[in-house]
Amino acid sequence: MDISLETAARITSFIAALVLITSFAMLAQKRIYGLIHLFAWQGLFLALNTAVVGYIADKHHLFISSLLTLGLKVFLLPYILYVLIKRLNIRKDVETIVNMPTTMLIGIGLVIFSYHLTAPVRELSTLMTRSTLTIALATVMIGLLMMITRRNAVTQIIGFLAMENGLFFTATSATYGMPLVVELGVALDVLIAAFIFGIFFFHISTTFDSLDVGQMARLKEDEMNE
Amino acid sequence: MNINPYIIEFLQVAVVIGLAPAFVGWIRMLKCWFQGRTTAGLFQPYRDLRKLFSKEIVLAHNASWIFRFTPYLLFGTAVLAGAIIPILSIDLPLAATADVIVLIALFAIARFFLALAGMDIGTAFGGMGSSREMMIASLAEPAMLMAIFTVSLANKSTSLAEIVQVINSGQMMLRPSLAFAFIAFILITLAETGRIPVDNPATHLELTMIHEAMILEYSGRHLALVEWASMMKLYLFVSLAIAVFTPWGIAVKGSLAGLPAAIGFMIAKLGIAGLIIVLIETGLAKMRIFRVPDFLGVAFLMATLGMLSFFILD
Repeated sequence: MDISLETAARITSFIAALVLITSFAMLAQKRIYGLIHLFAWQGLFLALNTAVVGYIADKHHLFISSLLTLGLKVFLLPYILYVLIKRLNIRKDVETIVNMPTTMLIGIGLVIFSYHLTAPVRELSTLMTRSTLTIALATVMIGLLMMITRRNAVTQIIGFLAMENGLFFTATSATYGMPLVVELGVALDVLIAAFIFGIFFFHISTTFDSLDVGQMARLKEDEMNE
Repeated sequence: MNINPYIIEFLQVAVVIGLAPAFVGWIRMLKCWFQGRTTAGLFQPYRDLRKLFSKEIVLAHNASWIFRFTPYLLFGTAVLAGAIIPILSIDLPLAATADVIVLIALFAIARFFLALAGMDIGTAFGGMGSSREMMIASLAEPAMLMAIFTVSLANKSTSLAEIVQVINSGQMMLRPSLAFAFIAFILITLAETGRIPVDNPATHLELTMIHEAMILEYSGRHLALVEWASMMKLYLFVSLAIAVFTPWGIAVKGSLAGLPAAIGFMIAKLGIAGLIIVLIETGLAKMRIFRVPDFLGVAFLMATLGMLSFFILD
C-alpha cells in the first residue's frame, strides 16, 4: 500500500487530535479508574501514531518503539496502577486543587502557548509531522498541569506518565523519534519508576494513612507531636 | 431539467413544518422500543397538536401582549430558520439573506421571548424555568458560535449555502477541527433542544423541568404553537448538524432529478440522528442543574480545541 505524504500528514494530525482529546479528558476525569483507562487510550493512540510515522518515514526502529509503547503504556503500566489502587484501597474520586472549568481554560491557554513556542520550529522543519509538534508539547504541559492541580499522589503519577507520553510524542514528531537505544532506556526507566512509585506509595500510605500530598507538609517533628 | 428555486424553498418550509412532529414521533417510538413499552405510533404528535388546536385558550387575567404574542413569534422564527438552513437543496433564495450568525440570533430572539413569556404571568414555575433557560443559553450560545466559527474558518465563509457546498464537494475529509466542532455541536444540540442530560422533555416534575416550566401557563392554540415550534427547533438543529457536517446527497443548484434523492437521504439521516439521540438519552441520566455548566464547558472546550486545531493542524 502506498499513501501520499499529504494523506499521511492528515492521518497523523487526526491521531494527534485524538491524543489532545485524551489529555483534556484526563484533566476533566473525576474517577481514578477512568483516568487510568484514558491513560491507556492515550498510549494506544501514541503507539498508532509512532507506527504510522515509522511506516511513512521508513524508519523501522519506530515499529519496535511502537510495540514497546503498546505493551508498556497500554497494558503493563495501567495494570500496575490498577493493582496499586486496589491494594492500597484509596479513594476512587480525584481531588483537585483548582476546579475543573478553570483547569480546562488553563489547558486551552497552554495549547495556545505551545503553538507560539513551536512556531519557529515549524517554520524550519521539513518533516511531515511538524504540525503535530504543537500538540506534543501541549501534551507535556497538560501533564505538568495535571501534576500541579491534583492532590492525590497516584493521580500526580498519572500526570507524570502523561508528561512522559508527551515527551515521546514530541520526539517522534520533531525528529522522527530518538535512537532505539535511548527509547529502550527511557522505557526501562519508566517501568522502574512505576515500581519505585509503588513502593513509595506503600510507605506513604502506611505512614500517613492517606496518599494526599497535603499530609506531607506535616513532616516536621514538632508538628507531629502536636 | 431545472426547477424554480422558489418552489424548492416552499417545499422545504412545508417539509420542516410537516415532518417535525413525525421526527419527534420517531424519537418517542424508538425510546418506547428501547424501554420495552408499546408505542403510541409515529403520528401521535400530530394527534396531540390537533387536540390542542381544538381546545379553547385559558388566559390569566394579568397576561400581557407578550404572553399572547410569543407563540406566534416562536412559530414564525422556526419557519424562517427552516427557510434558511439548506435541508433539501443548496440553492435557496432566502439563504442568501441570512448567514449562520443571523440564524443563531433568530434562535436567540425566540428564546428571549419565551423566557419573557415564562415570567409574564408571575407564577413561580415560569420564573424558575426562565432563569434556568437563560443560564443554559448563556453557556450554550458561546459554545455554539465557537463551533460554527470553526466550521466557517475551515470553509472561509459564514454563509450556510457556501459551507454546505464546500463540504459537499469532498475537500474536507478527515479534518480534526471539524471533528471537534461536530462533537461540540452534538452536546450543544442536546442542551439547546432540551434533551436528556440537560432537560427531560417528558417530565412535569417541578424540580427538574426547564422548558416545560416556562410554558406551563399556555393552553389551547397557544400551547399547540409552542409545542410545534419546539418540535421544529429539534428538527432544525439536527438538520443544521446534518447540513454542516454530513451534507452528502443534498440537491445542488435547482435540479429536479436530485430532489427525490435529497428527500430520501434526508429521511434516512434523520432516522439515524433520531437513533443517536435515543441512544444518548437511554444511556444517560438527567444531570443536576449545577452540573450543566460542566457539560456545556466541555462543549465550549471542544469547540475551542476545534478552532485551535484548525490553526495548528490544518
